[in-house]
Parts: sequence; structure tokens; C-alpha cells
Amino acid sequence: MTVEALTPDAIAPRRRRSIRLFGHKPNLTAWIGLIIIALNIAVAVLAPLIAPYPQADIVGDAWADPDRLHWLGLDNLGRDILSRLIYGARLSIGLSSLITGLAFVIGIVCGFTAATLGGWVDAVLSRIVDLLLSMPVLIFAFMILSVLGTDIPVLIGTIALLNATLVFRLARAVAMTIASLEYVEAAKVRGEGTWWVISREILPNAIPPLAAEFGLRFCFTFLLIAALSFLGLGIQPPLADWGSMVKDYRDMINLDSAAPLYPAAAIAILTIGVNFVVDWMLSIHSRGHGEPA
Amino acid sequence: MIAQRFALGLMTLFAASLLIFGGTEILPGDLASAILQNNATPESLAAMRKELGLDRPAATRYAEWLSGAAHGDFGHSLANKREVANEIAPRLKNTIFLALYAAVIAVPLAVGLGLLAAINQGGVFDRVVNVVTLMTISVPEYFLAYLLIKYLSVQFGFFPSLANVTPNTPILDRMTLTFLPMVTLVLVITAHMMRMTRASVLSVMASPYIEMALLKGLPKWRIVVRHAFPNALAPIISVVALNLAYLIVGVVIVEAVFVYPGLGQLMVDAVSKHDVPVVQACGLIFAAAFILLNMGADILAIMTNPRLRHAR
Repeated sequence: MTVEALTPDAIAPRRRRSIRLFGHKPNLTAWIGLIIIALNIAVAVLAPLIAPYPQADIVGDAWADPDRLHWLGLDNLGRDILSRLIYGARLSIGLSSLITGLAFVIGIVCGFTAATLGGWVDAVLSRIVDLLLSMPVLIFAFMILSVLGTDIPVLIGTIALLNATLVFRLARAVAMTIASLEYVEAAKVRGEGTWWVISREILPNAIPPLAAEFGLRFCFTFLLIAALSFLGLGIQPPLADWGSMVKDYRDMINLDSAAPLYPAAAIAILTIGVNFVVDWMLSIHSRGHGEPA
Repeated sequence: MIAQRFALGLMTLFAASLLIFGGTEILPGDLASAILQNNATPESLAAMRKELGLDRPAATRYAEWLSGAAHGDFGHSLANKREVANEIAPRLKNTIFLALYAAVIAVPLAVGLGLLAAINQGGVFDRVVNVVTLMTISVPEYFLAYLLIKYLSVQFGFFPSLANVTPNTPILDRMTLTFLPMVTLVLVITAHMMRMTRASVLSVMASPYIEMALLKGLPKWRIVVRHAFPNALAPIISVVALNLAYLIVGVVIVEAVFVYPGLGQLMVDAVSKHDVPVVQACGLIFAAAFILLNMGADILAIMTNPRLRHAR
């Protein structure tokens, strides 16, 4: 009998066809989060099909009120706000995903290297990370951007590097602990090959915490880019992400228009959605270790 | 132990100053080309480098910069040639005022709510607070800020939406003007601190002596306040300090929303103008505050928890 067969999941009958994620049924808030994420991705991918108008087209007077043709009204140049939001999703979500992915590659490679090689490599990498984390992230980003300017490649590199430091810490810790867990030892004693141990024993157990971490890092990246854009130091015109839209529309709030609230709400809703899912994934992770949730 | 932690903090601060200076030095595209932007010819670059003293070795300039900074002399701004220290001083006062204003209200509120939620664990209050705080944490500061402006300021006119204080604004007016920025900051950090307070009280609640107290028949609130809270104090203190450190970053964005003349605004302006001396000075101040708060948290934790006083 394999060790895997003893987990409660394997004992429970699998005949009931319910939707599962990582072997668990999502709860209500997790469902809400999943739906929000799916909708956002769909909007970003299908933007040209969904958006009622091209994003740069001037379709009426500046700051026209919402009507039947323009649900959220028009912006400072007379562009359709809803269409710009839909196209903004591409830049905001696409860029954040790219950066988070990059940070994971850097962080995991360096983290695993540090954990396996140990010695001075580990010491040097860990001290560098400590140093980078000794300063608030936003402030550190300011330092780099003030010298290199705010081109998109610079933004990607800077934020990926800052994110990678946090991934590095997790990856290093995961690599250190997982190899010493009992079920891994048991598999090794059974005479399983290294590849089998990694793919069947380590990976399935490492995925929930790593996926949760990915969600957290994504939120972090997404909010950081939006914050930089909002401060005028991120995405520069003519490109627009949600953060720079908040900045462009900010003065309208004093005229009792909700314009800056739409892009800000889009940012808020997506981060809330991701956090709901992350919260749930962390709770199943801790339940997996026998603690009541 | 405390001396050791203090020394570590000073070392980190020193390393951070090296990073701030080195970061702006080593990166490609030096100060001179940043100032000249597109007008840079090899000759004008060389002249500008000479004027800024960039032709001397970096180590010398770092030593000068650091000793100057220690005396409060951060050099001159590139944008308007004024002394950086004079630019910073009034801004720093404003930022500290706003941060303190928020902290004084947020800390007791967060600890109180955290305790209430812990007493009420699993109850309606606990669950509602859990979802609400999770949402507050996820949302960007400017979203909360614009919501507050729209409803409290524009529609009902309770509070001003611009925090345009001057050095001569009397304290009471100042408090009204900065009311909305303060509320925004309080909302964000209270949610964090409250969740952590609840979590650390609950983790203490799982220990055997709490069960003992429960079996003695003590009321729940008494157990939480008298037995669990003192032992959860160390993690709570470090959470409070961490969040105060977070205030430093949150302040940058909130200042931008309310056009509040603080240090964060100054830094953002300086970054977009490539005004490196100002960026360096602001960065050093922010980093120092961040590092000192973290150090203070650890030292307080050591003092409240005798078990940490002996080396492992």
C-alpha cells in the first residue's frame, strides 16, 4: 500500500462528481474569488470583442455623463471609460502575471540552489535578500526608477527582482523541509526513483502553498504597479493601466463624478477575489496538517 | 541580547545607506545623463560630471554623503538648487504628524477589536470582522480614499477633500484637514493589526494553562484579558511596529490622493524629475524609520518576554 492511499482524500469515495481544486471543494468565498478571477481573465483575453469602442477613439464630449451607449460615461478626452477599463485589464493583468512568473523563476531557482548548495552561496544569497528587504519595497522601487526612468522593461525588472526576494525565502524553506518529511523518506525506502519522489510525493504537497504564494505575489505585483502608475511613475501615456486611469480621472471626484472609482474598484475587486482564493488555499493547507480550520 | 539587536539594527541601517547610495551610483545612466536627458553630448556629459563631482571615486563621495547626512546635510537639490535639508524638514514634520495621528487611533482600536474577535471566536462578530478586514486589506489605499472623499466630503461636505496645510495652520484646523487621510490610513492598518492580534491571542488560547483556567470556571473574557493577552503581547507588539512601518509606505499614496505636503509627495516629485539627491535623502529617512521601527519591535518583544532574553 502506498503512503498516499492513507490520506483522507483517497479514502473518501470519488464517485460523487463535484468540482474540486487541489483535491478540495472550494467554499463560498473561494467560489466568489474563482469567478472574479475567471471573469477578469476572460475580459482581458477577449477585450477587442467585448469592448463597445476602440480604447483610443474619441466618441463624444469630455466627461459626458453615463447613458445607454456609454455605461460609465466618457473620460477627460471623450473616450469611453468602460472600453478603456476593458483594455486596461490586458495591461494590468498581463504585466502582473508576467512579472510574477518571472519572480517565481528567479526566486525558485535561487532558493533551491541556496538550499542544496548551502555554504557561502546560501549565505551570500540570503544576506542579499535580507538587505533588499530591509527597506520598504515602494521606496526601493523609487530609488531604481529615479535613476533608470520608468520604461516598461525597467518596471518589469525592478518589480520582479523585489518579488523574487520573497519567493526566494519561501522556496528555500520549502526545499529545506520537504526533503526531510516522513512520506518522502518512506517513498525513498520503498526504492522509488528520484523523479517519482519529486513528481508524486513532493510536488502535490508543495503545490497548495506555492499556488497560495503565487496568488499573494500576484496581488503584491498588481497593487505595486497600480500604485506606481497612480503616482505617475509606472505605465506612461498613451498606454493606460487601471492605476494610471485612477490618476487621470482623480480630479473628477470633486465634481461628484465616480470616474476614478471605476478603475480603483476594478483593482480592488480583482485583489479581493485573489485574496479570497488564497485565504481558502491556506486554510486547506493548514487543515492538511491535522489542525482544525 | 538587546545590545546585540541594537548593533544589528545599526548595521542594517548602514547597509541600507550603502544600498541607497550604491543603487543610484552603479546603475547605468548616471546622474549627469539623467539631468541632461536627451541633450547629452559627450562634452556636456563630461562637464556636468565634473560639476557634480562625479569624476572623483565613488567611495569618497559615499563617505562625504554619509557624514553629511549624519549632520543633517543632504546636499543640494538638482531641480531648484535649494538645500535638500530645508526642503525636507517641514515635509517630514507633516508626514510624522499624519502618521502619529493615524497610529494613536489605530493601535488601541485594532487591539481592542482583535481581543473582541478572539473572545467571540467563531461567532457572528468574528466572521463578519474576518471578511470585512480581508477586504480592507486587499483594497488599494486610494480606492478607500476616493470612496471617503466621494461620500464624506463631496456629497455631505463633512470634511475637506484636500489636506492643504501650511506650517502656520493651527492644530485644530490641521486635524480637520487631515481627518480623511487619517481615516484612510487607520482603516488599512487596523485591519492588519486586528487580524494579527486575533491570531496571536488564539494561538495562546490553545495552550494547556488556558484549558486549566477554563476548567476552573473563569469567564471567557477574563481568560482572554488576564491569561492569554499578556502572553500574546510580544507578537502583538511586533505586529503593531510592523504596521507602523507599513504606515510609512501607505503614507506616500495617501499623501498623493489628498495632495498633502508630506515627505512622500516630495519623493514622488523628485523621482519623476530624476532629482537624485532628494530621492536619496527621502529614501534614507524612510528606510531609517522602517529599520528603527523593526528594531524597536524586537527590543520591546525581548523586554516583554523574559524567555527571549537568553540566547538559544
